[in-house]
Amino acid sequence: MTKPRFLAEKVDAPAPRAGEQPIDYSVPADDDVKTTTCYMCACRCGIKVHLKNGQIRYIEGNRDHPVNKGVLCAKGSAGIMTQYSPARLTKPLKRVGERGAGEFVEIEWEEALSIATDRLAKIRATDPKKLAFFTGRDQSQALTGWWASKFGTPNFAAHGGFCSVNMAAAGLYSLGGAFWEFGEPDWERTKYFLMFGVAEDHDSNPIKIGLGQLKGRPADNQAKFVSVNPIRTGYSAIADEWLGIKPGTDGLLVLSLIHELLQNDKIDLDFLVRYTNAPWLVINAPDTEEHGLIYRNQEGDPLCLDRDSGTFVDALQPDIRPHLVGPVSLPDGRPARTVLDLLVTRYLDEAYAPDRVAPQIGIPAETIRRIAAELADVAFEQTIEIKTPWTDWAGRRHDSFIGRPVSMHAMRGVSAHSNGFQTCRAIHVLQMLLGSVDCPGGWRYKPPFPKVPGSGPTPSPMVGPNQPLAGMPLGFPQGPKDLLIDSLGRPLRIDKAYSWEAPLALHGLMHMVIHNAWKGDPYPIDTLFLYMANMAWNSSMNTAGTMDMLKDRDPATGEYRIPYVIYSDAYYSETVAFADLVLPDTTYLERWDCISLLDRPISHADAAGDAIRQPIMKPDRDVRAFQDVLLDLGARLKLPGMVTEDGTALYPGGLRDYILKHERKPGIGMLSGFRGDGTEEGRGKPNPDQIDRYIANGCFHEMEIPENARFNRFGNLDYLKWATARGLIDNPDPMVLQLYSEPMRRFQLAAEGFGDRQPTNEHDSARIRSFADPLPIWYPPLGEAETEDGYPLHALTQRPMHMYHSWGTHNVWLRQLQARNPLFVHRATAAELSLLDGDWVWIESAHGKVKAEVKLMDGVHPGTVWTWNAIGKRKGAWNLVPEAPEAKSGFLLNHVISELLPPREDGYRYTNSDPVTGQAAWFDLKIKLRKCTVEESGATEPSFALQPRRGGAFDRTVRYGANIKKGAAE
Amino acid sequence: MYPAYSVIFFTSASGAGYALLALMNMLALIGLLPAERWFGITGFLAGLTAITAGLLSSTYHLGRPERAWRAFSQWRSSWLSREGVLAVATYLPAGITALGWVFWEQIWWLPAVFLVALATTTICATAMIYASLKTIRRWNNGWTLPNYLGMGFASGGLWLCLLGSLFALSSPLPALLAIAFVAIAAGIKFGYWRFVDTDIGRSTAGSATGLGRFGAVRLFAAPHTEENYLLKEMGFKVARKHVATLRRITWLCAFAIPLVAVILALLLPTLSLWLLIVAVLTNALGTVTERWLFFAEARHVVTLYYGAEAA
Amino acid sequence: MTSLPTEPATRRLGLVIDLDICVGCHACAVNCKEWNAGGHMAPLTDFDAFGEKPSGVWFNRIHTFEAGEGADGRTVHFPKSCLHCETPDCVTVCPTGASFKRAADGIVLVNEDFCIGCKLCSWACPYGAREFDEDVGVMKKCTLCVDRIYNETLDTVERVPACVSTCPVGARHFGDLGDPTSSVSQLVAEREGYDLMPEMGYRPTNKYLPPRPRKVGSGGTNGAPCHTGPVAEQADLSAHPFLRWVDRLLTR
Ligand SMILES: Nc1nc2c(c(=O)[nH]1)N[C@H]1C(S)=C(S)[C@@H](COP(=O)(O)OP(=O)(O)OC[C@H]3O[C@@H](n4cnc5c(=O)[nH]c(N)nc54)[C@H](O)[C@@H]3O)O[C@H]1N2
Ligand SMILES: Nc1nc2c(c(=O)[nH]1)N[C@H]1C(S)=C(S)[C@@H](COP(=O)(O)OP(=O)(O)OC[C@H]3O[C@@H](n4cnc5c(=O)[nH]c(N)nc54)[C@H](O)[C@@H]3O)O[C@H]1N2
Ligand code: SF4
Ligand code: SF4
Ligand code: SF4
Ligand code: SF4
Ligand code: SF4
Ligand SMILES: [Mo]
Repeated sequence: MTKPRFLAEKVDAPAPRAGEQPIDYSVPADDDVKTTTCYMCACRCGIKVHLKNGQIRYIEGNRDHPVNKGVLCAKGSAGIMTQYSPARLTKPLKRVGERGAGEFVEIEWEEALSIATDRLAKIRATDPKKLAFFTGRDQSQALTGWWASKFGTPNFAAHGGFCSVNMAAAGLYSLGGAFWEFGEPDWERTKYFLMFGVAEDHDSNPIKIGLGQLKGRPADNQAKFVSVNPIRTGYSAIADEWLGIKPGTDGLLVLSLIHELLQNDKIDLDFLVRYTNAPWLVINAPDTEEHGLIYRNQEGDPLCLDRDSGTFVDALQPDIRPHLVGPVSLPDGRPARTVLDLLVTRYLDEAYAPDRVAPQIGIPAETIRRIAAELADVAFEQTIEIKTPWTDWAGRRHDSFIGRPVSMHAMRGVSAHSNGFQTCRAIHVLQMLLGSVDCPGGWRYKPPFPKVPGSGPTPSPMVGPNQPLAGMPLGFPQGPKDLLIDSLGRPLRIDKAYSWEAPLALHGLMHMVIHNAWKGDPYPIDTLFLYMANMAWNSSMNTAGTMDMLKDRDPATGEYRIPYVIYSDAYYSETVAFADLVLPDTTYLERWDCISLLDRPISHADAAGDAIRQPIMKPDRDVRAFQDVLLDLGARLKLPGMVTEDGTALYPGGLRDYILKHERKPGIGMLSGFRGDGTEEGRGKPNPDQIDRYIANGCFHEMEIPENARFNRFGNLDYLKWATARGLIDNPDPMVLQLYSEPMRRFQLAAEGFGDRQPTNEHDSARIRSFADPLPIWYPPLGEAETEDGYPLHALTQRPMHMYHSWGTHNVWLRQLQARNPLFVHRATAAELSLLDGDWVWIESAHGKVKAEVKLMDGVHPGTVWTWNAIGKRKGAWNLVPEAPEAKSGFLLNHVISELLPPREDGYRYTNSDPVTGQAAWFDLKIKLRKCTVEESGATEPSFALQPRRGGAFDRTVRYGANIKKGAAE
Repeated sequence: MYPAYSVIFFTSASGAGYALLALMNMLALIGLLPAERWFGITGFLAGLTAITAGLLSSTYHLGRPERAWRAFSQWRSSWLSREGVLAVATYLPAGITALGWVFWEQIWWLPAVFLVALATTTICATAMIYASLKTIRRWNNGWTLPNYLGMGFASGGLWLCLLGSLFALSSPLPALLAIAFVAIAAGIKFGYWRFVDTDIGRSTAGSATGLGRFGAVRLFAAPHTEENYLLKEMGFKVARKHVATLRRITWLCAFAIPLVAVILALLLPTLSLWLLIVAVLTNALGTVTERWLFFAEARHVVTLYYGAEAA
Repeated sequence: MTSLPTEPATRRLGLVIDLDICVGCHACAVNCKEWNAGGHMAPLTDFDAFGEKPSGVWFNRIHTFEAGEGADGRTVHFPKSCLHCETPDCVTVCPTGASFKRAADGIVLVNEDFCIGCKLCSWACPYGAREFDEDVGVMKKCTLCVDRIYNETLDTVERVPACVSTCPVGARHFGDLGDPTSSVSQLVAEREGYDLMPEMGYRPTNKYLPPRPRKVGSGGTNGAPCHTGPVAEQADLSAHPFLRWVDRLLTR
């Protein structure tokens, strides 16, 4: 069905011609080959590692692997050079100099572990929340989150808060699934693909495979790819249509598209009635505590007005004909309106008319109307049908799946703005109105999704000394009652997640941890325990300030304000220099890992899948896999679930043991394949052979979804049963998609003065009232609005496809591709500022300034400048020479991004984040440019003290492969 | 193109050397130069030293000089190989002619004819290495071959002139020849410069990428942010103002000063030796500058992939 | 061997690169580096690896260009490796016979054991496809992965150039461009594949497929009208949409 990615012909080797060099074609590529999972980024591709004399000869994509189907990106292909990188840490380190100076002594693991154990034991015995455990780009949150809960600290999160929690939250609360990497367009069948704000994304290879497939279709099955993005590079470069939108205005564009569709009656009412809360009744009783809530019965089930019977009936029942528009009078006399009615009323407003929004978003009204028409045309005139009979949730049989082949995807161009949650919600509403959710040709869930929108355990607060949490630190609040705040309304978490400042902070606010801990707001902590996050550099806003906070001492006591920092990295990153204790990790080719369905699995729309990493080689340094270390620490601390009753370690074999034995719920463990006797999927007893079976299967396992269960899964009984049987969901109840988000309304009600938990100040109330709207809204990004004057340009970053954040720099091959980053400026804008290629400029924001070299271009929204992300490095970090271009010309835009918004009247400063989810608003940045003088040109600033180089020895000249070839010749 | 010193030295020195040998023997063949022993020793020594030093220096430029002998094998297709073969082949008639000249004070016409022919063709072969490269429009044109011949014979002529003065040859012929060659070389060089200054090349970023169909083509990102081999070797650029200065040095040193010096030498026989030394030395400086510019100003079409608009 | 083969090649193996879908990810460049670092021309030496001026031997490099202006402007990612030209001077200028074009399949190779490192072939290549390895002192270049395409120790499906098999979007194809019936030749014919710098006269074997014309309208399959004006003009505006839905009887 799918077109092969490339054409290739089999050719036989020619006989050698007279005089030509004879060539031995058939040199074997290896003497051993092992499969595992790539970790040059978080995309989770399957790889085959070819070894020759114990050395890596070649890493290639595993053709059988569902994620990458044999392809490998630039980073993955450079894995060899990471494996042999001289920036690898070699031994545990204890700080001896000042923080940040990078002076350490090497210590033995036993000493390192006992230092950590003593410290953590004391914290746990007194006040467990004084441990802040935050992890970055890892794929082990199923383990780390569980560990934190057993330790008893609520102060745990991973990178999601600075990454794309806007997408996660908006998706999970609307569709019960999300963009991010948790869903995908139906690449094979979609006829119209609308992509918002994506440069690269987590689904790195799948998106590329998909786009190649989509664009390479035969003439009779063409599709159109539209990219909405201020910048025309990468994916946007190959789009059939590029919409160079003004940053932060996608919400307006989408609501305008919705306006057009409603105007023209181009919505899928059938779908809305059947699968969404469109007919649910919203109580319209202003100034009462139920105003805006869904009208429900005693059991809490939503009700709607059945037109046949004229009665209010359970909205979840099948075969009712609900009232859709027009006022309703509830039995108790209160007025109500359906969700659809509210929605239509709102978006038909002229405020959303293309002519009105066009000047704000920088896209002509005519184009907006045309895109709306195209969406409607494809969704409603070009439907596709898959003739597979299926059964809906009510037991009704259908002959086929009908597809509205319009698909969408969005990522950080939407999420990294402080209006990203609402913008992403708007996109999901657009999908629902088109009836294009999980249908053939539409956007589709990847298992374990869908889940009931907004459902899940709520976040758990700390219980007390030596006590585990009652649940998990992160969860899904349904309203004010689930916030983690004390009786005075103060945040219980160090990052203020789940407080009025960020009620739906599903992934925490990792970017605020250092600032808050330094400030002691809401309270001081004892130990900051970081794993795999370069927080002293590219994952912090206000990088220079962050480094100062890490170094800052309390003048009264002389102690560091953040008393202790433990960090696990595998390489000599900037953050290593700020740790008191460094736990050196292995590389990804030296350890076990579990890419679990409990975390970020390898599923795709047609199958649920998970995978492992297996050690391909033994470390040649004194390093240990962090997850093994974490379990070891857990055992030393005697954390529940990590020791037996007599106090001995439950998982002495580290993560491998844990993968095999640990059960999250009876029958459900880290891996879903080969459970029980080896034939059970999803649920089943632990199987001691499970890992061997995974290895034999290429280090992954897939549970293929039967054909009748592949679409409309929120309401597909075949799927719901299938997924329940495999433990992906708890029961086969249908899931209703949420156009209107009631939990949001509950927060708003509190802010309006209702209920027993209300914001304690007017600022918080005002924010919640305006931003926690249960129907999508658009507002100008917060950071932007407050710095509008004098900073006319938007400044963005994009990920280079060949670099993973800060960690590609120590890779000999990848750093040759890119060792510096210019500031890209539109030719016309540059002309206004008299800037030429190669000029240096000061990039100035309200927060600070940084210097960069200018490169002119055309394919960018003229009011926007941008650069590649995380190329700039601190001198000496990553074991590079201090003169390295990364440190001299490479720069971080982060220096000019503030982690805080300007102060409100009482001096308090909110985080520079989405007010609903706490998502870091990296892209709200406004700046101005000032041309450097000749003396100022040539090197970036700010520049920091040299981080003394550390790591393995290396040769200036790398002759990798010379010995492999010699070996072959012998 | 990167002006590699070994190649600049090689082409300048060997050009002068071959031209000197060719001129000496040409004049001798037509009887305008007596086969005087010491003149012969000095002349052949100077010519062969320049050639040998040049050839040796050219191997510096090689990655694997120990295999240089392999370069003689491909004379059927390669100008570089032909040049190697010719360069080395020239030693044979040169040696034989030198024997006759030095020991017997005779001009053996057969080897001398070969010598003249081979020496001249060697210069042509050197020129053809460059002139045949379609990738470099500033070399791949009708001026390059005459340019090499002209520059070589100008230097050779000045050397001959100096030798004549050294050995108190009464004939003004070498001086007149030198004046002629320097003047011709200058003419060619000016012609060459005019050509390169007006020629815009045959290729554009549009034809190199095939994207000209969409309009002007501009480089957005080079494959690597730091310099690679191609850019170091082929992306070498000199600033316009340096070009102007260097051209001035070239015409002054290679042509103007030597010309004036030779004319003065004719007029002031007592000072002629010193004047001719000045002529030879300034010409050497001028020729090296000319050669440096010949490389430095050359634009390779590969630069079209690195931001150049035309080449 | 630097004379070009006299008899017409039986095959012209080469690559077809689709500029319409290349996203400029550099995957092919790095995978090429990776395979070849231990392959026929190993090593692909890297210089000043962790220093101020990192550089190295690469057989495949990705450029990005902007072409055209304003709304008609485009960004085009542009991979380039050896084009295995039919009449390339890089071969004929070689003084040693190290550089040669194979008669049987047209692949242009360097015999490292013969090469003296004179660099002339790199001067003669218009496309920047030759890479000098200063450390070894010899010229290196794309081999079209001769040690893959004919390697009998590899599975048949793996016998393609590394850059082709790794390209995530499938922008690279491999085959016999001398055979007009081959799938690659057909693709070239269909998409009007072109030569780079045809004026050089080297007759490259590798072909580039141009970016496709922009799609107008919804680009669907049924040739359905691509609405040009506002939808509003086509829709029945007699009733306010809001009211139009009042009487719909839809079953949940
Ligand atoms: N200006 C700007 N800033 C941004 C962004 C942006 O778009 N613009 N994006 C933000 C986003 S979305 C993210 S996710 C963050 C990412 O930022 P970070 O989470 O800081 O990501 P990395 O730079 O990859 O740093 C991860 C650290 O993990 C280390 N590491 C790598 N492999 C291993 C391993 O196997 N074990 C261990 N223990 N450590 C390892 C690396 O050496 C590195 O120090 O950046 C954020 N910062
Ligand atoms: N190669 C590589 N792959 C990666 C990573 C990496 O570092 N390198 N990082 C991984 C991580 S942690 C993440 S979070 C993902 C993120 O993957 P992406 O979501 O692709 O993240 P960015 O590179 O930040 O790209 C953001 C895009 O949004 C655009 N944009 C900015 N503002 C707006 C706006 O207001 N509207 C619209 N429509 N567009 C806008 C920018 O121009 C840019 O193209 O990538 C992952 N994959
Ligand atoms: S996208 Fe690239 S780096 Fe990331 S896992 Fe896949 S192959 Fe590895
Ligand atoms: S691309 Fe260059 S190296 Fe390759 S055959 Fe053509 S001229 Fe020779
Ligand atoms: S560098 Fe080697 S392959 Fe190239 S022309 Fe010289 S000898 Fe031939
Ligand atoms: S064919 Fe092989 S050698 Fe040539 S560019 Fe592709 S991977 Fe590299
Ligand atoms: S791998 Fe494919 S998409 Fe990526 S740069 Fe190479 S040709 Fe283009
Ligand atoms: Mo991220």
